[in-house]
Amino acid sequence: MRLLPAFLAVLMMLSGPAIAEVSEVYDFDTRAEEQRYQQLISELRCPKCQNQNIADSNAPISKDMRDEVYRMMQDGASNDQIVGALVDRFGEFVQYKPPVDNRTILLWAFPAIATIGGFLIVAGVVWRARRREDEPPLSAEDRARAEQILASQSDKADRR
Amino acid sequence: MKRVLLFLPLLIAVGVGVFLFAGLGKDPTKLESVLVGKPVPEFSLESLDNPDVKLDPSVFQGEVSLLNVWAEWCPSCWDEHEYLMYLAREQGVRIVGLNYKDQRENAFRFLNRLGNPYETIIFDPKGTLGFDLGVYGAPETFVIDADGVVRYRHVGVVNQKVWDEVLLPVIAQARGSS
Repeated sequence: MRLLPAFLAVLMMLSGPAIAEVSEVYDFDTRAEEQRYQQLISELRCPKCQNQNIADSNAPISKDMRDEVYRMMQDGASNDQIVGALVDRFGEFVQYKPPVDNRTILLWAFPAIATIGGFLIVAGVVWRARRREDEPPLSAEDRARAEQILASQSDKADRR
Repeated sequence: MKRVLLFLPLLIAVGVGVFLFAGLGKDPTKLESVLVGKPVPEFSLESLDNPDVKLDPSVFQGEVSLLNVWAEWCPSCWDEHEYLMYLAREQGVRIVGLNYKDQRENAFRFLNRLGNPYETIIFDPKGTLGFDLGVYGAPETFVIDADGVVRYRHVGVVNQKVWDEVLLPVIAQARGSS
Protein backbone atom coordinates (compact mmCIF):
# COMPACT_ATOMS: atom_id res chain seq x y z
CA MET A 1 0.00 0.00 0.00
CA ARG A 2 2.92 2.27 0.68
CA LEU A 3 3.88 1.85 -2.97
CA LEU A 4 0.60 3.35 -4.17
CA PRO A 5 1.75 7.00 -4.26
CA ALA A 6 4.87 5.99 -6.17
CA PHE A 7 2.79 3.92 -8.55
CA LEU A 8 0.43 6.85 -9.15
CA ALA A 9 3.38 9.16 -9.71
CA VAL A 10 4.76 6.82 -12.37
CA LEU A 11 1.33 6.63 -14.02
CA MET A 12 1.10 10.40 -14.13
CA MET A 13 4.53 10.66 -15.70
CA LEU A 14 3.57 8.14 -18.37
CA SER A 15 0.35 9.98 -19.17
CA GLY A 16 2.28 13.11 -20.17
CA PRO A 17 2.71 12.39 -23.89
CA ALA A 18 -0.97 11.58 -24.34
CA ILE A 19 -1.97 15.19 -23.74
CA ALA A 20 0.99 16.69 -25.60
CA GLU A 21 -0.14 19.42 -27.95
CA VAL A 22 0.99 20.57 -31.33
CA SER A 23 4.64 19.84 -31.66
CA GLU A 24 6.55 22.49 -33.55
CA VAL A 25 8.61 24.94 -31.56
CA TYR A 26 9.14 28.57 -32.40
CA ASP A 27 11.70 30.86 -30.89
CA PHE A 28 10.62 34.25 -29.63
CA ASP A 29 12.83 37.06 -28.47
CA THR A 30 10.59 38.04 -25.60
CA ARG A 31 7.96 36.46 -23.44
CA ALA A 32 5.47 39.11 -24.54
CA GLU A 33 5.95 38.12 -28.19
CA GLU A 34 5.32 34.51 -27.34
CA GLN A 35 2.14 35.44 -25.51
CA ARG A 36 1.02 37.52 -28.48
CA TYR A 37 1.59 34.50 -30.72
CA GLN A 38 -0.37 32.21 -28.41
CA GLN A 39 -3.18 34.75 -28.25
CA LEU A 40 -3.32 35.05 -32.04
CA ILE A 41 -3.36 31.34 -32.78
CA SER A 42 -6.00 30.73 -30.14
CA GLU A 43 -8.31 33.29 -31.80
CA LEU A 44 -7.92 31.96 -35.33
CA ARG A 45 -10.16 29.16 -36.48
CA CYS A 46 -9.06 26.20 -38.55
CA PRO A 47 -10.96 26.12 -41.89
CA LYS A 48 -10.62 22.37 -42.21
CA CYS A 49 -11.51 21.19 -38.71
CA GLN A 50 -14.09 23.81 -38.04
CA ASN A 51 -14.53 23.59 -34.32
CA GLN A 52 -10.89 23.99 -33.39
CA ASN A 53 -8.63 26.96 -33.29
CA ILE A 54 -5.33 26.66 -35.11
CA ALA A 55 -3.50 26.33 -31.80
CA ASP A 56 -5.21 23.01 -31.07
CA SER A 57 -5.53 21.66 -34.56
CA ASN A 58 -3.15 19.16 -36.08
CA ALA A 59 -4.44 19.68 -39.62
CA PRO A 60 -1.70 20.57 -42.12
CA ILE A 61 -3.53 23.76 -43.01
CA SER A 62 -3.38 24.85 -39.37
CA LYS A 63 0.34 24.29 -39.32
CA ASP A 64 0.68 26.43 -42.45
CA MET A 65 -1.37 29.13 -40.77
CA ARG A 66 0.74 29.01 -37.60
CA ASP A 67 3.87 29.23 -39.76
CA GLU A 68 2.43 32.27 -41.50
CA VAL A 69 1.49 33.94 -38.19
CA TYR A 70 5.02 33.34 -36.91
CA ARG A 71 6.64 34.52 -40.12
CA MET A 72 4.59 37.72 -40.20
CA MET A 73 5.34 38.37 -36.52
CA GLN A 74 9.06 38.08 -37.25
CA ASP A 75 8.53 40.61 -40.05
CA GLY A 76 7.07 43.01 -37.53
CA ALA A 77 3.43 42.82 -38.61
CA SER A 78 0.68 43.99 -36.27
CA ASN A 79 -2.10 41.70 -35.06
CA ASP A 80 -4.56 43.35 -37.45
CA GLN A 81 -2.25 42.82 -40.40
CA ILE A 82 -1.76 39.16 -39.53
CA VAL A 83 -5.44 38.44 -39.05
CA GLY A 84 -6.19 40.50 -42.17
CA ALA A 85 -3.76 38.47 -44.26
CA LEU A 86 -5.41 35.22 -43.22
CA VAL A 87 -8.93 36.59 -43.66
CA ASP A 88 -7.96 37.69 -47.20
CA ARG A 89 -7.12 34.09 -48.02
CA PHE A 90 -9.59 32.01 -46.06
CA GLY A 91 -12.43 34.43 -45.40
CA GLU A 92 -13.94 35.85 -42.25
CA PHE A 93 -14.68 32.33 -41.17
CA VAL A 94 -11.21 32.03 -39.64
CA GLN A 95 -11.93 34.74 -37.09
CA TYR A 96 -13.62 33.61 -33.95
CA LYS A 97 -14.38 37.25 -33.19
CA PRO A 98 -16.21 38.77 -36.15
CA PRO A 99 -15.40 42.44 -36.83
CA VAL A 100 -18.03 45.03 -35.92
CA ASP A 101 -19.59 46.34 -39.13
CA ASN A 102 -23.01 46.82 -40.69
CA ARG A 103 -23.63 43.13 -41.18
CA THR A 104 -22.59 42.05 -37.70
CA ILE A 105 -23.86 45.00 -35.65
CA LEU A 106 -27.06 43.12 -34.72
CA LEU A 107 -24.99 40.16 -33.58
CA TRP A 108 -22.80 42.35 -31.39
CA ALA A 109 -25.65 44.51 -30.10
CA PHE A 110 -27.97 41.61 -29.32
CA PRO A 111 -26.79 41.02 -25.73
CA ALA A 112 -27.37 44.71 -24.95
CA ILE A 113 -30.73 44.69 -26.75
CA ALA A 114 -31.82 41.56 -24.87
CA THR A 115 -30.69 42.97 -21.52
CA ILE A 116 -32.42 46.33 -22.03
CA GLY A 117 -35.54 44.61 -23.41
CA GLY A 118 -35.68 42.26 -20.42
CA PHE A 119 -35.18 45.16 -18.03
CA LEU A 120 -38.01 47.10 -19.68
CA ILE A 121 -40.37 44.12 -19.40
CA VAL A 122 -39.54 43.64 -15.71
CA ALA A 123 -39.92 47.37 -15.07
CA GLY A 124 -43.29 47.33 -16.83
CA VAL A 125 -44.56 44.40 -14.77
CA VAL A 126 -43.42 46.01 -11.52
CA TRP A 127 -44.91 49.36 -12.47
CA ARG A 128 -48.31 47.82 -13.23
CA ALA A 129 -48.27 45.85 -9.96
CA ARG A 130 -47.45 49.01 -8.02
CA ARG A 131 -50.27 50.93 -9.65
CA ARG A 132 -52.72 48.21 -8.71
CA GLU A 133 -51.55 48.32 -5.09
CA ASP A 134 -52.20 52.06 -4.85
CA GLU A 135 -55.84 51.65 -5.81
CA PRO A 136 -58.05 50.70 -2.87
CA PRO A 137 -59.02 47.06 -3.45
CA LEU A 138 -62.71 47.96 -3.10
CA SER A 139 -64.58 51.19 -3.68
CA ALA A 140 -66.68 52.53 -0.79
CA GLU A 141 -69.85 51.47 -2.57
CA ASP A 142 -68.58 47.91 -3.09
CA ARG A 143 -67.44 47.72 0.50
CA ALA A 144 -70.90 48.67 1.77
CA ARG A 145 -72.49 46.00 -0.45
CA ALA A 146 -70.00 43.40 0.65
CA GLU A 147 -70.66 44.15 4.29
CA GLN A 148 -74.39 43.90 3.69
CA ILE A 149 -73.99 40.48 2.05
CA LEU A 150 -71.71 39.23 4.81
CA ALA A 151 -74.14 40.47 7.45
CA SER A 152 -77.05 38.67 5.80
CA GLN A 153 -74.97 35.48 5.58
CA SER A 154 -74.07 35.60 9.27
CA ASP A 155 -77.75 36.19 10.10
CA LYS A 156 -78.64 32.95 8.32
CA ALA A 157 -75.85 31.14 10.17
CA ASP A 158 -77.11 32.45 13.51
CA ARG A 159 -80.62 31.29 12.82
CA ARG A 160 -79.52 27.69 12.21
CA MET B 1 -55.02 43.42 -27.39
CA LYS B 2 -54.40 40.90 -24.62
CA ARG B 3 -55.61 38.08 -26.89
CA VAL B 4 -53.25 39.06 -29.66
CA LEU B 5 -50.35 39.06 -27.21
CA LEU B 6 -51.07 35.43 -26.40
CA PHE B 7 -50.00 34.52 -29.93
CA LEU B 8 -46.63 36.18 -29.51
CA PRO B 9 -44.78 33.05 -28.30
CA LEU B 10 -46.17 31.10 -31.25
CA LEU B 11 -45.01 33.77 -33.69
CA ILE B 12 -41.54 33.83 -32.13
CA ALA B 13 -41.32 30.02 -32.26
CA VAL B 14 -42.36 29.98 -35.93
CA GLY B 15 -39.84 32.72 -36.73
CA VAL B 16 -37.00 30.88 -35.04
CA GLY B 17 -38.11 27.65 -36.74
CA VAL B 18 -38.00 29.22 -40.21
CA PHE B 19 -34.58 30.72 -39.50
CA LEU B 20 -33.13 27.43 -38.27
CA PHE B 21 -34.74 25.42 -41.06
CA ALA B 22 -33.12 27.66 -43.66
CA GLY B 23 -29.73 26.75 -42.19
CA LEU B 24 -30.39 23.01 -42.13
CA GLY B 25 -29.53 22.18 -45.73
CA LYS B 26 -26.29 24.15 -45.77
CA ASP B 27 -23.02 22.27 -45.56
CA PRO B 28 -20.91 24.18 -43.05
CA THR B 29 -17.69 22.57 -44.28
CA LYS B 30 -18.01 24.36 -47.64
CA LEU B 31 -16.75 27.89 -47.42
CA GLU B 32 -17.11 30.46 -50.13
CA SER B 33 -13.78 31.64 -51.44
CA VAL B 34 -12.89 35.23 -50.67
CA LEU B 35 -11.03 35.29 -53.97
CA VAL B 36 -14.23 35.26 -56.03
CA GLY B 37 -14.09 38.32 -58.23
CA LYS B 38 -10.38 38.80 -57.66
CA PRO B 39 -7.46 37.81 -59.88
CA VAL B 40 -5.48 34.67 -59.14
CA PRO B 41 -2.74 35.59 -56.61
CA GLU B 42 0.74 36.20 -57.96
CA PHE B 43 2.97 33.16 -58.12
CA SER B 44 6.00 31.82 -59.90
CA LEU B 45 6.25 28.07 -59.65
CA GLU B 46 7.79 25.24 -61.61
CA SER B 47 5.83 23.22 -64.09
CA LEU B 48 5.39 19.64 -62.89
CA ASP B 49 6.68 18.25 -66.19
CA ASN B 50 9.71 20.46 -66.45
CA PRO B 51 11.50 22.12 -63.49
CA ASP B 52 13.08 24.63 -65.85
CA VAL B 53 9.74 26.06 -66.93
CA LYS B 54 8.35 28.70 -64.57
CA LEU B 55 4.61 29.25 -64.57
CA ASP B 56 2.81 32.41 -63.45
CA PRO B 57 -0.79 33.71 -63.51
CA SER B 58 -0.54 34.30 -67.26
CA VAL B 59 -1.38 30.60 -67.80
CA PHE B 60 -4.99 31.58 -67.14
CA GLN B 61 -5.13 34.33 -69.74
CA GLY B 62 -7.22 33.96 -72.87
CA GLU B 63 -9.55 31.11 -72.04
CA VAL B 64 -11.92 30.09 -69.27
CA SER B 65 -10.23 27.33 -67.29
CA LEU B 66 -10.74 25.08 -64.34
CA LEU B 67 -7.97 25.11 -61.76
CA ASN B 68 -8.00 21.74 -60.07
CA VAL B 69 -6.04 21.35 -56.84
CA TRP B 70 -4.92 17.75 -56.43
CA ALA B 71 -2.31 15.48 -54.90
CA GLU B 72 -1.38 11.86 -55.03
CA TRP B 73 -1.95 11.52 -51.27
CA CYS B 74 -5.51 12.79 -51.49
CA PRO B 75 -8.02 9.91 -51.69
CA SER B 76 -10.87 11.99 -53.10
CA CYS B 77 -8.60 13.12 -55.92
CA TRP B 78 -8.39 9.51 -57.08
CA ASP B 79 -12.18 9.40 -57.06
CA GLU B 80 -12.76 12.50 -59.11
CA HIS B 81 -9.96 11.94 -61.61
CA GLU B 82 -11.97 9.82 -63.98
CA TYR B 83 -14.55 12.56 -64.27
CA LEU B 84 -11.85 15.16 -64.94
CA MET B 85 -10.58 12.91 -67.75
CA TYR B 86 -14.09 12.89 -69.18
CA LEU B 87 -14.39 16.69 -68.92
CA ALA B 88 -11.07 17.26 -70.64
CA ARG B 89 -11.54 14.68 -73.39
CA GLU B 90 -15.25 14.71 -74.13
CA GLN B 91 -16.27 18.21 -73.11
CA GLY B 92 -13.11 20.00 -74.19
CA VAL B 93 -12.75 21.80 -70.86
CA ARG B 94 -9.38 23.40 -70.27
CA ILE B 95 -8.09 22.19 -66.92
CA VAL B 96 -5.00 23.55 -65.23
CA GLY B 97 -3.69 21.34 -62.44
CA LEU B 98 -2.20 22.50 -59.17
CA ASN B 99 -0.18 19.67 -57.70
CA TYR B 100 -0.47 20.52 -54.03
CA LYS B 101 2.13 19.51 -51.41
CA ASP B 102 3.11 16.47 -53.37
CA GLN B 103 6.29 14.85 -54.63
CA ARG B 104 7.08 14.73 -58.32
CA GLU B 105 7.51 10.98 -58.52
CA ASN B 106 4.23 10.34 -56.71
CA ALA B 107 2.44 12.80 -58.94
CA PHE B 108 3.81 11.11 -62.07
CA ARG B 109 2.80 7.69 -60.77
CA PHE B 110 -0.73 9.00 -60.21
CA LEU B 111 -0.96 10.44 -63.71
CA ASN B 112 0.53 7.35 -65.35
CA ARG B 113 -2.08 5.22 -63.73
CA LEU B 114 -5.15 7.40 -64.21
CA GLY B 115 -4.28 9.56 -67.21
CA ASN B 116 -3.58 13.26 -67.51
CA PRO B 117 -6.52 15.62 -68.05
CA TYR B 118 -4.44 18.74 -67.39
CA GLU B 119 -3.21 21.13 -70.03
CA THR B 120 -0.60 22.47 -67.64
CA ILE B 121 0.30 21.43 -64.13
CA ILE B 122 1.69 23.85 -61.57
CA PHE B 123 4.01 22.14 -59.11
CA ASP B 124 3.47 23.50 -55.59
CA PRO B 125 5.35 21.19 -53.21
CA LYS B 126 5.23 23.61 -50.28
CA GLY B 127 1.64 24.62 -50.86
CA THR B 128 2.45 28.32 -51.15
CA LEU B 129 0.04 29.03 -53.99
CA GLY B 130 -2.47 26.74 -52.30
CA PHE B 131 -2.16 28.85 -49.17
CA ASP B 132 -2.66 32.08 -51.10
CA LEU B 133 -5.71 30.56 -52.78
CA GLY B 134 -7.14 29.63 -49.38
CA VAL B 135 -7.05 25.92 -50.18
CA TYR B 136 -7.95 24.02 -47.02
CA GLY B 137 -8.65 20.58 -48.37
CA ALA B 138 -7.86 18.97 -51.69
CA PRO B 139 -9.54 18.42 -54.03
CA GLU B 140 -10.71 21.93 -54.77
CA THR B 141 -11.69 23.26 -58.16
CA PHE B 142 -11.70 26.93 -59.15
CA VAL B 143 -13.38 28.43 -62.19
CA ILE B 144 -11.07 31.08 -63.64
CA ASP B 145 -12.21 33.34 -66.45
CA ALA B 146 -10.26 34.40 -69.52
CA ASP B 147 -8.90 37.45 -67.68
CA GLY B 148 -7.47 35.32 -64.90
CA VAL B 149 -10.18 36.30 -62.40
CA VAL B 150 -11.53 33.69 -59.98
CA ARG B 151 -15.25 33.15 -60.58
CA TYR B 152 -16.02 30.25 -58.29
CA ARG B 153 -14.45 27.73 -55.93
CA HIS B 154 -15.80 24.25 -55.37
CA VAL B 155 -14.52 22.25 -52.39
CA GLY B 156 -14.70 18.50 -52.81
CA VAL B 157 -15.10 16.02 -55.60
CA VAL B 158 -16.25 17.12 -59.05
CA ASN B 159 -18.79 14.74 -60.54
CA GLN B 160 -21.67 14.85 -63.04
CA LYS B 161 -24.03 16.46 -60.53
CA VAL B 162 -21.58 19.17 -59.48
CA TRP B 163 -20.70 19.82 -63.10
CA ASP B 164 -24.31 20.12 -64.28
CA GLU B 165 -25.65 22.08 -61.37
CA VAL B 166 -22.74 24.20 -60.25
CA LEU B 167 -19.70 24.46 -62.49
CA LEU B 168 -21.26 24.50 -65.96
CA PRO B 169 -23.55 27.49 -65.22
CA VAL B 170 -20.60 29.46 -63.81
CA ILE B 171 -18.42 28.56 -66.80
CA ALA B 172 -21.17 29.48 -69.24
CA GLN B 173 -21.50 32.84 -67.56
CA ALA B 174 -17.73 33.40 -67.54
CA ARG B 175 -17.57 32.54 -71.23
CA GLY B 176 -20.49 34.81 -72.03
CA SER B 177 -19.08 37.89 -70.34
CA SER B 178 -15.53 37.79 -71.57
